[in-house]
Amino acid sequence: MSVLVDDDTRVVVQGITGGEGKFHAEQMMEYGTNVVAGAVPGKGGQEAAGVPVYDTVHEAVEEENADTSVIFVPPAFAGDAIFESLDADLDLAVAITEGIPTQDMARVNKRLSETDTRLIGPNCPGLITPGEAKLGILPGNIFSEGNVGLVSRSGTLTYQVVDSLTSRGIGQTTAIGIGGDPIIGTDFVDALELFEDDPDTDAIVMCGEIGGEDEEEAAAFIDDYVDTPVAGFIAGRTAPPGKRMGHAGAIVSGSGTGTAESKISALNDAGVPVGDTPEEVADHIEGYLE
Amino acid sequence: MKLHEYQAKQVFADAGVPTPDSQLASDVDGVVAAAEEIGYPVAVKAQVQVGGRGKAGGIKLVEDEDEAREAAESILGMDLKGYHVDRVLVEEAVDFVNELYVGITMDRGEGKPVAMVSTKGGVNIEEVAEEDPEAIAREHIDPSFGMHPYQARKAVYDAGVDQSVARDVSSVLTTLYELWDEKDGSDAEINPLMVTSDGEVIAADAVMNIDEDALFRQPELAEMEEEAAGGDELEQKADEYGFDYVRLDGNVGIIGNGAGLVMTTLDLVDHYGGQPANFLDVGGGAKAARIANALDMVFSDDNVDSVVFNIFGGITRGDEVARGINEALEQFDEIPKPVVVRLAGTNWEEGMDILNEDLVTVEQTLEDAVQRAVEYADEVTEQ
Repeated sequence: MSVLVDDDTRVVVQGITGGEGKFHAEQMMEYGTNVVAGAVPGKGGQEAAGVPVYDTVHEAVEEENADTSVIFVPPAFAGDAIFESLDADLDLAVAITEGIPTQDMARVNKRLSETDTRLIGPNCPGLITPGEAKLGILPGNIFSEGNVGLVSRSGTLTYQVVDSLTSRGIGQTTAIGIGGDPIIGTDFVDALELFEDDPDTDAIVMCGEIGGEDEEEAAAFIDDYVDTPVAGFIAGRTAPPGKRMGHAGAIVSGSGTGTAESKISALNDAGVPVGDTPEEVADHIEGYLE
Repeated sequence: MKLHEYQAKQVFADAGVPTPDSQLASDVDGVVAAAEEIGYPVAVKAQVQVGGRGKAGGIKLVEDEDEAREAAESILGMDLKGYHVDRVLVEEAVDFVNELYVGITMDRGEGKPVAMVSTKGGVNIEEVAEEDPEAIAREHIDPSFGMHPYQARKAVYDAGVDQSVARDVSSVLTTLYELWDEKDGSDAEINPLMVTSDGEVIAADAVMNIDEDALFRQPELAEMEEEAAGGDELEQKADEYGFDYVRLDGNVGIIGNGAGLVMTTLDLVDHYGGQPANFLDVGGGAKAARIANALDMVFSDDNVDSVVFNIFGGITRGDEVARGINEALEQFDEIPKPVVVRLAGTNWEEGMDILNEDLVTVEQTLEDAVQRAVEYADEVTEQ
């Protein structure tokens, strides 16, 4: 079992004729993902990565029954590409693109509340159900099948933690990178809810970072609704206030909201241990599974 | 990207927000000439991108030429919280009876813009938000529609702004939202928005921060960025190279890929008793030349005593990273600072084969790499 993606998922890749889009479409297929089409305006009728390309997402849905899109469209056009996938009534849209203007995402966010489509990202590595399918750019070889759900705001930090788990023989149900932007689709609470409802997920890793209050909200949600044991990690303990640490969303405000301390203590209060190192997170998970 | 006060004021004034008469000056005579033209009293205000300029001695109110000269001499060239002051804004002093706050920002929790108004202007609004949140009226805005006129009025009345100026304050707030929306603002603020004894409102300060990710469609503001550049030399160099870079106070240089992992590496340096010198994210898919530039950046920071390179490849390939590290180090007769490398993920084995181990120390795990770099830095400190 898994959440959100499995080998039945039918994927249209928006931006499949670009360098990144083509490369990762191929990588996804190699991993076993059922990529059925590409969508690129002006490139309809061509073929890329071995699948037909359509001018619009709607056509890909009509012709190939696509139900999920993965978006590799440059930032200036990515907001529009997300709107298109929402309008095509897909189940899931995964926006990999980094650097989408925040105001574009505020408009997307508003539209999102009126549709049934789930958005992952933007500025995220995507998600993977080991052994079945991956949507995005995660390196498949470090993941393994198992019973731990993982949700993270950062791509490479996810890899680090997964590596620690996999090297101990602990596999994953699904790993979801929710993205490092200030405004994202699926957040920690949404992902935790999915894992809590998944009978095969026996433990959850949650990797947060400084900025915003999503981790605090997640802590409150865990306290109230999550029975599956959770271990946490928070990046950015040493970040100075007022400096954006790479991710647009990773910034401690001048008044001190969004600090690592606040997130760690909220999680601890909800009974979630927070590792000082990624290895310590793996220690906690190992303990839960014994 | 933050605009300087004088730039933000110009943007606001162009949109019809009342602002005090002002001129930019970069030398003492220029300050005096500007003050004479505007008429005393004037405020002399350092144009640097830091908060709390007044408390730090960067803003002075002057009554005559002697005071103007004295203020100009003390402010121009001063070091204000690490920023060199090379320009001041000479501005008509406003005789006010009240100080208000108006601002627009993105409420990331709600994913919507929010308009804010308070009668507690003229002080640090973040402190007001902390201590007396009720003193700030907030109105969330539907970003696909824009601010309804009633929302501007509601925010102003909810804040308790006096009826005699409510219409003018609403109008300033509406203009501020329109600017924020049109210019891809992340924050637009007037603090204080002064109310004069004649019942006029006037923007005595101006803050306009622009979403960096939207600069491609804001060419006029992108040009202002050139002008606004300043501050740390290394941070400017990082801009040129296109790195996400933040300079810190420690002596362990840090290079990695992906914001979360780089932050984690910083945290681990701290955890193992060291002090991080910087945050440097090379981004995804970095090729050899970019890796070499990253090393060059960190080497040029005099505070750095050792460097830890932590790459977990997804789209970044270990072999490219190894080639970049070799290229950067082979040009030195003697390696300036010890470099510890940890490679994992895509093509890490190829990378390990390529790395010249005469030039770097290789560690297998993140924890070991960080501890080794901290040890190296400690050895230098002890010498």
